[in-house]
Amino acid sequence: MSRARIHLSGDERARLAAAHPHLVAPPINTRVRVGMIIAVFAGIAAFGFWQLGFNFDRLGSGIAQLAHFVTLMMPPDPGTQLPLYMHALGETLAIAFLGTLGGAIVAFPFGFLAAKNVIPNIFAHFAVRRVLDTVRGVDRLIWALIYVTVVGLGPFAGILAIATASFAELGKLFSEAVEALDRKPVEGVVSTGGSPVEAVRFGMLPQVLPVLASQLLYYFESNARQSTIVGIVGAGGLGLHLAEQIRVLEWQKVSFLVLMMLIMVAVIDFISSRLRFAIIGKSRIG
Amino acid sequence: MVLSHAITRLPDEQIAPLIAHYDAAVRARRRHTLIMFGVIAVCTVLAAWMGEVKPDVFFAHADRLPNYFWSITPVLHWNTLGADLSEWYWNLDHWLKLLLDTILIAYLGTLIGAIGGFCLCFLASANLVKSPWIRLGARRFLEFCRTVPELVFALLFVVAFGLGPLPGVLALAIHTMGALGKLFAEVVENIDMKPVEGATASGASWLTTVRFAVVPQVLSNFASYGLLRFEINVREASIMGFVGAGGIGQDLVEAIRKFYYSDVSAILLLIIAAVMIIDLVTEQVRHRLLGFGAQR
Repeated sequence: MSRARIHLSGDERARLAAAHPHLVAPPINTRVRVGMIIAVFAGIAAFGFWQLGFNFDRLGSGIAQLAHFVTLMMPPDPGTQLPLYMHALGETLAIAFLGTLGGAIVAFPFGFLAAKNVIPNIFAHFAVRRVLDTVRGVDRLIWALIYVTVVGLGPFAGILAIATASFAELGKLFSEAVEALDRKPVEGVVSTGGSPVEAVRFGMLPQVLPVLASQLLYYFESNARQSTIVGIVGAGGLGLHLAEQIRVLEWQKVSFLVLMMLIMVAVIDFISSRLRFAIIGKSRIG
Repeated sequence: MVLSHAITRLPDEQIAPLIAHYDAAVRARRRHTLIMFGVIAVCTVLAAWMGEVKPDVFFAHADRLPNYFWSITPVLHWNTLGADLSEWYWNLDHWLKLLLDTILIAYLGTLIGAIGGFCLCFLASANLVKSPWIRLGARRFLEFCRTVPELVFALLFVVAFGLGPLPGVLALAIHTMGALGKLFAEVVENIDMKPVEGATASGASWLTTVRFAVVPQVLSNFASYGLLRFEINVREASIMGFVGAGGIGQDLVEAIRKFYYSDVSAILLLIIAAVMIIDLVTEQVRHRLLGFGAQR
């Protein structure tokens, strides 16, 4: 078999293009619309650069300085502070673990309260949802700062901050999981004479628990990342040392701390993805 | 044949092993649950020890938290509502300007990051790039960008570029590039490969293939992810000021540290309102975008 190759000469191509203009170039309307969208984006960007007072000289000199810092970071070296940093790593893990657990325990009842199929009263679940939204609108670092002023410096403030933020986010996710579940087991329990509480316990819980557990593990991963930075405002963990070492320009220690963060996050991701798979796999079989 | 509504019941000697089996299964599940709770309890105790959790101190001072929220609640009287409101928001012009700065930081960070992620995502997709070196290189780079928290980049950049919104924008842009690059690459890996084959078969170069066979398929999804990221970045931009990287965070941190109670609630409410409005708007736009994409 031989393959046919079509060679178009210049004028043939021009003839085809004239016959089917919409195949060669998009219609003018589309072009104008695309051009306008790009112009709007670029216009807002230009306004942003002007409003924020961007100075492109500073950008250049800053990049040069950054490159210099990177050369100073090599090789990563903790100096004599390794035990201190290991302790901070433990604190970070503790903040992530207790923060996720605490947030989940508080969010658990709220997940049911905010679900339409558990509380049919529209005002009740609307109110619960707005509370969750408001708490969620405040970043966890702001919570950390508030808790530092309330309970003092240290990892405990970090735990409370992570727990508060996780509570709001998990509450929303839990309520969505509860709303998405299958009605039939609940109807089964009710039809055999079960009370509403028993309907939740035997009809809903077995369905939502694996979903909740996997979301919880996912949040633990994300909180492990977040708990490294709550220290920047004094709420314990690696972030405290990181902010300090950046301020005193100890670049080798900075790169060592960043390396510790990356390794910790990678290990936690690995373990929790294994666990998550185990939970979901088990629930599918059972 | 006799019709009977009685449920047939197996003889006892046949039921006994079934019941025993059921009991064993229930016992095994209970044991698993107990072990899991045991592990969680041990981890909790360890973490509480590590995290310096002191329940007695916490409960002794438990009233401080509600007290704090009580103190930041402004004093508003119905009779003098206007005056009280204007006293609460005494610095509104300045705060609104800072809020605009914050949103612009989020916008620029999202835009620059999305452009970077857009350029890198095609290199990180397994169906477009055959060379594992380029692909894995792009993937590792994106992973690094999104694993290091924004605030750490912001701290570094504040030292290199000086105080102001510039380090905030760059920090957000780098993190956004990492996060969006990964999401974009996942979208690209799920495209219909037929247009790509068609373009390749007609002799298109790699860039032309991407432009005419891939981009039209993925653009609406990209826009939706970009908007989602913008929502997140508005939140993140509100804390960039904590490390001196511009936006409203600077004033918030000052108000919290110096116990300007009513200012704390005023700024917090502004941030929450801005975040909620932006969430609502982008959600609408995203639904329309995805609906529009599905119709085509």
